[in-house]
Amino acid sequence: MNIHAIKAIYLFELARTWRTLMQSIASPVLSTSLYFIVFGSAIGSRMVEIDGISYGAFIIPGLIMLSLLTESISNASFGIYMPKFTGTIYEILSAPISALEIVIGFVGAAATKSIILGLIILATARLFVDFSILHPFWMLGFLVLTSVTFSLFGFIIGIWADGFEKLQIIPMMIVTPLTFLGGSFYSIHMLPPLWQTITLFNPVVYLISGFRWSFYGVADVNVGISLAMILLFMLLCLFMIWLIFKTGYKVKT
Amino acid sequence: MQAIISVNKLTKTYPSGLRALNNINLDIRRGEIFALLGPNGAGKTTLISIICGIVNPGEGQVLVDGHDIVKDYRSARAKIGLVPQELSISMFESVWATVKFSRGLFGKSPDDAWLEKILKDLSLWDKKDSRIMALSGGMKRRVLIAKALAHQPQILFLDEPTAGVDVELRRDMWDMIRNLRNSGVTIILTTHYIEEAEEMADRIGVINKGEIILVEEKTTLMQKLGKKQLTLQLQQPLPQIPVELNHYQLELSNDGNQLIYTFDSQEDADIAGLLRHLGNLGIEFKDLQTSQSSLEDIFVNLVGGHA
Ligand SMILES: Nc1ncnc2c1ncn2[C@@H]1O[C@H](COP(=O)(O)OP(=O)(O)OP(=O)(O)O)[C@@H](O)[C@H]1O
Ligand SMILES: [Mg+2]
Repeated sequence: MNIHAIKAIYLFELARTWRTLMQSIASPVLSTSLYFIVFGSAIGSRMVEIDGISYGAFIIPGLIMLSLLTESISNASFGIYMPKFTGTIYEILSAPISALEIVIGFVGAAATKSIILGLIILATARLFVDFSILHPFWMLGFLVLTSVTFSLFGFIIGIWADGFEKLQIIPMMIVTPLTFLGGSFYSIHMLPPLWQTITLFNPVVYLISGFRWSFYGVADVNVGISLAMILLFMLLCLFMIWLIFKTGYKVKT
Repeated sequence: MQAIISVNKLTKTYPSGLRALNNINLDIRRGEIFALLGPNGAGKTTLISIICGIVNPGEGQVLVDGHDIVKDYRSARAKIGLVPQELSISMFESVWATVKFSRGLFGKSPDDAWLEKILKDLSLWDKKDSRIMALSGGMKRRVLIAKALAHQPQILFLDEPTAGVDVELRRDMWDMIRNLRNSGVTIILTTHYIEEAEEMADRIGVINKGEIILVEEKTTLMQKLGKKQLTLQLQQPLPQIPVELNHYQLELSNDGNQLIYTFDSQEDADIAGLLRHLGNLGIEFKDLQTSQSSLEDIFVNLVGGHA
């Protein structure tokens, strides 16, 4: 293991976050705060409880997930896309470093940022809405797993993308809709039966449901299934990354 | 002496179908400065990129100090530093942060004293806290050199190191490269400034259209291929070259005042004979000078001949 190299990439990527503090931390915190104010405090007070949880509290896990997913993907995809775009990737390719070490450095940094961001948003939410966390360790576990998994996914997008448009299209066109329709703002039991079934094909449902379970002990789907789904997606991403480096796809000519 | 880099039957075809390298065989000797010359698109950067691990090799094999660049890439790459042709460098970093990053990336533990030394050698020390985007083009190129040296490589590739560097700094850079060589680093450089190769290289390789067409000691090359000319300033202009002198390669200047004798190398030159003939014919000269063609002329001849 080239520990020095992993550390170099990891710290380099984190330094990028501090340089762009406004963009990478402040803006997602601000936008989620707006959700908490509007849906949590203002509208939430007029809404009925869901599964015995006040509406403001009910939406918190889903909103954190929304930020985690988009930020993990955008951080990790940007992190690897930029060196490709500017040409600085030559140095990484010429270094005595394995594909695994490159992934640990980049994905580790992106996931770290997301975890920090998730915790900041959680703390911010507490300012607006009263809630408690039933299983804090599981909550952290889901936070970490989701951040890592979607940073891996972002890494794949960053390698696949050959323009800024492609870089943004998946988070915008796929991830955000899936998150909104994945039960961030409602329990899927509130949907008509047909839509309940269709929704079960949305992978984000499992993430949000599992995450919400760690807060309040209630879930749309069994928490074991949630965990299994995240792990499955993570393995899938790892397999794709392995394929990418094995074939040199879009990395080396 | 065992070669530090050994390229065997290397052929590279890009996905576009373009064959950039064709059956390259090349040995780089330990401790030498090797200049790789060739026109645009000849395949210099491709060859370097393959050795450094940036471009996938096609067929063939490359050994770096005995390590296969594919199977044993860690050991191979750890020995190499690369200064790329393009100014690819992340603009928002400080000079210090970026050289530190490079050292770490190549698996070396931090050594601030070494980094300080190379920044000082490259006259970058006072810029160490500047952001790279605030540097001039020539400074950026020197930062790239500092990055390549940060992990104390045994082999340094310089892909057009002095492009965009001013004359004075170019001389400094030449000195620095010589110092590196004297400290035992093997240096492979490409350049379009032939005088640079002439000034620095121990050996010269010429690549054209993906093929190595010549590898030679610089001095031998200059002797073997360097055309020499003897110019005689005549006392009296000549109307034409006398027929008696037909078997010499002679030219007469337009005004008839200069007689120019061109010969390829020392062996087939017959200066004494020519002068004797001139004496017999009563042609007198007031001055004479010899000149030798530069590497540039040689290069143009070579590549032109193969085009
Ligand atoms: N990534 C690539 N994909 C396809 N073709 C490429 C690629 N990189 C280089 N080539 C082609 O390979 C050939 C050799 O290019 P290379 O960059 O090695 O030349 P060079 O000798 O370094 O030239 P220069 O003096 O201009 O730097 C050129 O015809 C070039 O167009
Ligand atoms: Mg080139």
